[in-house]
Amino acid sequence: MTGQSLGLLTLYLAVALLCVKPLGLYIANVMEGRPIWPVRAAARLEALIYHLCGVDPAQEMGWKLYAIALLVFNALGAFLLYGLERLQYWLPLNPQHFMAVSPDSSFNTAISFVTNTNWQGYTPESTMSYLTQMAGLAVQNFLSAATGIVVAVALIRGLARHSAKAIGNFWADITRSTLYVLLPIAFVLALALVSQGVIQNFSAYKNVTMLAPVTYQQQKTDAAGNPIKDTAGNPLMENITTQNQTLPMGPIASQEAIKELGTNGGGFLNANSAHPFENPTPISNFLEMLLIIVIPASLTYTFGRMVGDTRQGWAVLGAMAILFVAQYAIANHSEQLGNPRIAALAVDQSASALQPGGNMEGKEARFGIAASTLFATITTGTSCGAVNSMHDSYTPLGGFVALFNMMLGEVVFGGVGTGLYSMLIFAIVGVFIAGLMIGRTPEYLGKKIEAFEMKMSSIAILVTPFIVLLGTALAVSTEAGQAGPPNPGAHGFSEILYAFTSAGNNNGSAFAGISVNTPFYNAALGVCMWLGRYWPIIAVLGVAGSLAAKKRIPVTAGTMPTHGPTFIILLIGTVLLVGALTFVPALALGPIVEHLTLWGR
Amino acid sequence: MNKLPGTILEARERGPGDSGGETQDRPSNRSSTHRVLRPAITLLIVLTVITGIAYPLAVTGVARALFPAQAAGSLIAKDGEPVGSKLIGQPFSDPKYFWSRPSATSPQPYNGLASGGSNLGPLNPALTEAIQARISALRAADPLNRAPIPVDLVTASASGLDPDISLAAAYYQTARIARIRHLSLHRVRGLVTAHARHPWLGVLGEPRINVLELNLALDGMK
Repeated sequence: MTGQSLGLLTLYLAVALLCVKPLGLYIANVMEGRPIWPVRAAARLEALIYHLCGVDPAQEMGWKLYAIALLVFNALGAFLLYGLERLQYWLPLNPQHFMAVSPDSSFNTAISFVTNTNWQGYTPESTMSYLTQMAGLAVQNFLSAATGIVVAVALIRGLARHSAKAIGNFWADITRSTLYVLLPIAFVLALALVSQGVIQNFSAYKNVTMLAPVTYQQQKTDAAGNPIKDTAGNPLMENITTQNQTLPMGPIASQEAIKELGTNGGGFLNANSAHPFENPTPISNFLEMLLIIVIPASLTYTFGRMVGDTRQGWAVLGAMAILFVAQYAIANHSEQLGNPRIAALAVDQSASALQPGGNMEGKEARFGIAASTLFATITTGTSCGAVNSMHDSYTPLGGFVALFNMMLGEVVFGGVGTGLYSMLIFAIVGVFIAGLMIGRTPEYLGKKIEAFEMKMSSIAILVTPFIVLLGTALAVSTEAGQAGPPNPGAHGFSEILYAFTSAGNNNGSAFAGISVNTPFYNAALGVCMWLGRYWPIIAVLGVAGSLAAKKRIPVTAGTMPTHGPTFIILLIGTVLLVGALTFVPALALGPIVEHLTLWGR
Repeated sequence: MNKLPGTILEARERGPGDSGGETQDRPSNRSSTHRVLRPAITLLIVLTVITGIAYPLAVTGVARALFPAQAAGSLIAKDGEPVGSKLIGQPFSDPKYFWSRPSATSPQPYNGLASGGSNLGPLNPALTEAIQARISALRAADPLNRAPIPVDLVTASASGLDPDISLAAAYYQTARIARIRHLSLHRVRGLVTAHARHPWLGVLGEPRINVLELNLALDGMK
């Protein structure tokens, strides 16, 4: 690791950790109903919303009703988004006159954004109108993130309460997390991003006359747009010279801020956070990386605070941070080492004061190796999936880290809310295993862990390997699936595996060479995203409801502490064993064999 | 503060461990569809208006007031005509200009409507072929230069619109530019040094240079 890579990691973790306590405390106050300054200003709006909805926020719900409300709210959001995509041609704010999005792509995209995946099978700058982006996609950026927060908070309440029937009011939780947590942070950071050069306007796309003309080859087409072929059946190519460049425009900064803050990751433009209009400078890049992690990290403090013992939260955060540093070290080292096949062409891949060096295919000059691999580690350890470099062109081990991070269930800080509740489920499994080893009834935070909690936790953990491996198997054994990857050999398999891993874990990043805007992939990945999101959520809410109803048992000499180094090691071990072992055979067929081929003689 | 029934201000009265007065445990209560559907539909509409319309409009308004040039795309004008954006790269194949990173956008390089990378895997033969072709083009434009080529000058960027090259890639091209433009090598290298950007605090960003700005400055040299 270069000194710069180490320095960037240190600076990043230091700033992120400084945010954990204040923001975590703020979120706890909002969700517990202890308002501080910014909240008072919006309280009238909040009261009006409840009045319009006809709900009494003080009336709490049991876990089943909470889950139904969540599912109905999310399903309606998917329908609204689908409608916007299909009708965008007739709606305002469409200066490029984009046609309706195709039914299968609209279906996939609607599910993708509602489930916080933000997988994108389409090219946004030539598909989506400004209205679809801001009133459809960006709205789900907010609401899917809020959904994650409320599930995490419901689980925390389950642990914090005792002998209680209810875990909160879904409508109030969604409203508060959107109005008081997501909206203010997104607003301030959107403006900070504009200051760096992220665009924010409603203009039509701009044509500019470039400094020098460019000549390129294109297939010759007849008047109907069909390619003309010569007598041998080969397509005729023609040379075109142009000095024109079209620059996409749009309200990008407002969407960019919530895209990172909500760990959504769906780009306004195809190149996502690698595009200079989404991420123009190293400072904007740092802010975006910070936005991705700030809520997931802070929620561990919210957790500690709400269960009345902040050491519990720091232990969870510690386990996340250790996994994070290890993953970054591997990815960074591998990318900095570069590609031996490129080195063989007398290309200079060494790091110096004049260049980052390393494997620069699919990376931006302003981000180099350090900021690209840090972003990749963050975006796959959380459920974000935004990218500032193309993971498809990573070295095998660099790509392995991205895949592995998602396969762990995205608990290395994790998505907004999803990271914490997934990690707490691992903690429950961890104390269960420890309980078996020492022959005591397992307990976590004074709650007995019994058959129901273990069944639900197992469901939550096992559903993703199930859909990821089944989906990959289906794709590699059908013609429609095999048509996707453009790269030959093991890398082609990795591209399919990555797609299903990303969809099943609601990440949204891709080995982006794969052609997924086809009915097969749109449908298969859509189903994976839906199941990968709501199946665990229902199980987690079940655990929350069951734990809330339990009595608290007093701490005794035999109680295993869940805040010390022993517990951190136990938690990391559980994540690695339970979360990753199922994927080892698939990984061996993809990145591992690719690594051995690249470096073997 | 007036009474705001049920909001966070009123909720303050209750303790954190208290689950509130009433609870509703079963979804099968009287007209449960109505009890879930009405708030779901209303809340979705209200939050769509707030986060999907009011929020982006507010950001646009403030951004236009505070950072008008950035919000509009950091456009560069030459003789009153827009020649591009400071942030979006342009392709250069004429040896008298500094060349940009290779771009994998199609059909033409630096296509603003189809940003993206090559997505070629590290073992893909197409990757080594493409790099070999770029090396040949660089060597043909400057046969005397036998130095190893900086990697970013022969690898495609992630966005296909990368506005920068590394300083190594810029210095690699100075001899060619000086020869073709009949400028002293010293002046061309001085121009690169003047436009160079270095990592902020030593960690944020990479040593790099904006190619469009560099070439505009080059055209302005006598």
